[in-house]
Amino acid sequence: MNATLHRIRILIRKELLAILKDPRSRLVLVLPVILQSLLFGYAATFDLNEVPYALLDTDRSNASQQFVNVLDGSGVFDRVMNLSSPNQIGETIGKKRALLVIHLPANFERDILSGRGGVVQVIADGRNSNTGNVAASYVSAAVDRFNTQWNQLRGGSNPPLTIETRAWYNPNLETRWAMIPSLIGALSMLQVLMLSALSVAREREQGTFDQLLVTPLRPTEIMIGKAVPPILIGLTQSSIIFLLARFWFGIPFQGSLLTLYSGLLLFTTAAVGIGLALSAFSKTMQQAMLYTFVLLMPMMLLSGLTSAISNMPRAMQYLTYANPLRYAIDLVRRVYLEGAGFGYLYHDMWPLVIIALVTLPVAVWLFRHRLV
Amino acid sequence: MNSGTDGFIVRGDNVTKRFERQKNDMITALDHVSFGAKPGALTALVGPDGAGKTTLLRLTAGLMHADEGTLTVLGLDAAKQPQAIQDRISYMPQRFGLYEDLSVQENLDLYADLHGVTREQRAERYPRLMEMTALAPFLDRLAGKLSGGMKQKLGLACTLVRSPELLLLDEPTVGVDPLSRRELWEIVSGLVENEGLSVVVSTSYMDEAERCAHVVVLHEGKVLASGAPEELKSHANGHSFFARSLQQTPARKLQAELIDRTDVIDAVPHGGHVRTVLREREPLSMADVTFEPTSPTLEDSLMMLLRGKTDVHPTANAALELSKKDSQDHFEVVIEVHDLVRKFGDFTAVNRTSFEVKRGEVFGLLGPNGAGKTTTFRMLCGLLPATSGNLKVAGADLRRARAEARQNIGYVAQKFSLYGDISVLENLQFFAGAYGLRNSHAARRIEWALENFELEQRANSTAGSLPGGFQRRLAMAAALLHEPAIVFLDEPTSGADPLARREFWRRIGSLADHGTTIVVTTHFMEEAEYCDRIMIQDAGTMLAIGTPEEVRNQAGSGGEPAHSMEEAFIGIVEQGRQRAQRQEHAA
Repeated sequence: MNATLHRIRILIRKELLAILKDPRSRLVLVLPVILQSLLFGYAATFDLNEVPYALLDTDRSNASQQFVNVLDGSGVFDRVMNLSSPNQIGETIGKKRALLVIHLPANFERDILSGRGGVVQVIADGRNSNTGNVAASYVSAAVDRFNTQWNQLRGGSNPPLTIETRAWYNPNLETRWAMIPSLIGALSMLQVLMLSALSVAREREQGTFDQLLVTPLRPTEIMIGKAVPPILIGLTQSSIIFLLARFWFGIPFQGSLLTLYSGLLLFTTAAVGIGLALSAFSKTMQQAMLYTFVLLMPMMLLSGLTSAISNMPRAMQYLTYANPLRYAIDLVRRVYLEGAGFGYLYHDMWPLVIIALVTLPVAVWLFRHRLV
Repeated sequence: MNSGTDGFIVRGDNVTKRFERQKNDMITALDHVSFGAKPGALTALVGPDGAGKTTLLRLTAGLMHADEGTLTVLGLDAAKQPQAIQDRISYMPQRFGLYEDLSVQENLDLYADLHGVTREQRAERYPRLMEMTALAPFLDRLAGKLSGGMKQKLGLACTLVRSPELLLLDEPTVGVDPLSRRELWEIVSGLVENEGLSVVVSTSYMDEAERCAHVVVLHEGKVLASGAPEELKSHANGHSFFARSLQQTPARKLQAELIDRTDVIDAVPHGGHVRTVLREREPLSMADVTFEPTSPTLEDSLMMLLRGKTDVHPTANAALELSKKDSQDHFEVVIEVHDLVRKFGDFTAVNRTSFEVKRGEVFGLLGPNGAGKTTTFRMLCGLLPATSGNLKVAGADLRRARAEARQNIGYVAQKFSLYGDISVLENLQFFAGAYGLRNSHAARRIEWALENFELEQRANSTAGSLPGGFQRRLAMAAALLHEPAIVFLDEPTSGADPLARREFWRRIGSLADHGTTIVVTTHFMEEAEYCDRIMIQDAGTMLAIGTPEEVRNQAGSGGEPAHSMEEAFIGIVEQGRQRAQRQEHAA
């Protein structure tokens, strides 16, 4: 046992040396992740400056006026229309006159004062779920601000207002900062997969793998020694993106770090398993590279990163079950944004364990049985 | 033919070329080199690794510029008109760029297109090339699937798709077996004799240099000597002897004893004796050893020159410091192979091979490219499963045995296969760890390796940046860290210069003397003489096995044993091939 650990430690040291010795390759592991996060953060998230909205104030009370003031005073919303009847909502959204319709129903003030709590109805254009998401999240921020002000002035601890969002054309619109936290899994997977896919293939191509196989190192030991370095690097990259999300983009972290990292560890291990299996199957680096690229695109598309899985055709949805990224993105979003604990993440975690338990032994078997 | 100025087709005057190896670390590859090559003749550049042969050829081809001096090629200044020179010469670099995924024909067409050879010229040229290289039956085969010798022939054919005025060849026969080597030289000599082509060739084989009209000996960037082979040989006149033991001491042991002496310039086993070059013209007086004068070879005089001018002793530090193992039973069989077969699809790479190797023996596997040597090796080391048959290495089949059984073997692959991007020291540390050496034991062994293989100066260089000779030493050092009982070495001397090869065999000899079993493949036939027993393989079949003397006797015709191992080898392989053909006809 002791000897095994020693050999694994030696192999890990060598792998890390080979990856990190060259200052250029150290840079390649850190810089692109930061740049890509910023790129996605600014170019691909849908930060809105002036959200065009239509107001339907059926209550016309002091309270409703006060809420509208909060909205208009926030600087993010631009009231483009005042509607007089719910019948107008369809046309407003349908013809894209506004991104949102904010409806303050007839009993708005009475419900607040009676302590039952008023309701702000938000009807969003669900066709562009990301923009809709962001816009709706701005309304919920405004509701929070209104609640604080109200409670400060009049005492009370119950939130007087709640928000009710409905998305037209896309009833499952998720009101979250969807993109950036997902990158914690997606971006690190890119390099983790590449590193592990090249690791065995490079040694095979350069003949060093034979040299490794004639030492007393067992295939399982080689697998562990080859898996740990990319896992460490993947987790480091995830941490970089996490820090960017938390402190650069200021997205509040709701969950626990322990849950987040347990999930990420499972995910990275599964990804490394896929990479090593590909690598052990490849004869040359070029082949390994090719397999990885062929796999990467569908893994990204079928992950829920850019389009919701529930909107995909059923056959595609089945395919996503084999994709570790699918579980990682769900897991990270839910830990990060909703603060979900282990109990709620069970169904994201066990498939990752299964993927790792299949791919890693396959890699071990291929080490010795792939005939060159 | 254009014969440039004053009767030379290539002429260099005080050519100097420096390279920056690392920051602020300049090396002088060529140091005021002056030489000339005559038109219509073969000129050889010889010398150890790092002598500057390749640099000189690349300068001649106009691919680089000299820092000082002038180089005139075909009457043109190589520094000023490289393109004009390149239009008229052909250059075949050491690693010729064949496209392995293209067929032989496609490779030829590609190079013809690149050189703008017209359809009419091709119609005239291709049949000539096919006749010379005998590649016609293989036109549709992928270049990657050709044997080493055939690849070189194809490389030469691609180089010759147009007819150049000057042909530059950089070590064209490295890694090529004796049969293919002979064929390649027949092609080149034919071109010189029949077409009056001028050729400059670099080589580390002295027998090849002997076939040239003019030889330039380079050493560490300087010209050590130049002249016709006969002229150069005269340096060693009276110094060459055959040493013979009256005590039946094996040639390998006598050679080791001789080469370590300071009054001996060189010693190599040859045909059961030891070819010796002595510092004085007098035979040595040694008990039970006779010295019989013989005519010198070019290699003898090269060694004289190297030793005389630079005082390098080829094996000064080569004998390894080894802990004396208790004198174990030298008759114990440590490798047993019985009816071993390996097939790849329809192709039989190794066909019903059986042999045994005893403890402390040096066992040589000889054969042309593609004979099945490497496949046999990979099976012995447990890297490849056998299709059928039995094998045991140190009592176990390494493919099935527990991982610890691999502790008994060391393996040096044909290609440098340590980690190129980490340092020499880090490589050694890694392999020490992989073999389970810990702490002070590991440190001691690493120190031993650095010292005995003269790697201390390079300990912190990345392994990939080392010159070939150092890489070979490092690979061997790494394989010996854990003091294995059996060491496998696949073509360890391929591409090595004569000095490095003597050093290598001295190390092997000292290992064997201490009880380590050595299994080695080589296509330097004279190196078979360093082995206790050898086996000759061709096309997967074992053709001969025994001591070098037994094999030479078997190969002889009409009761006369073959003179040299190379002769014996060619004889046995050709007999074997004829037999195989007869069987095919009969079937």
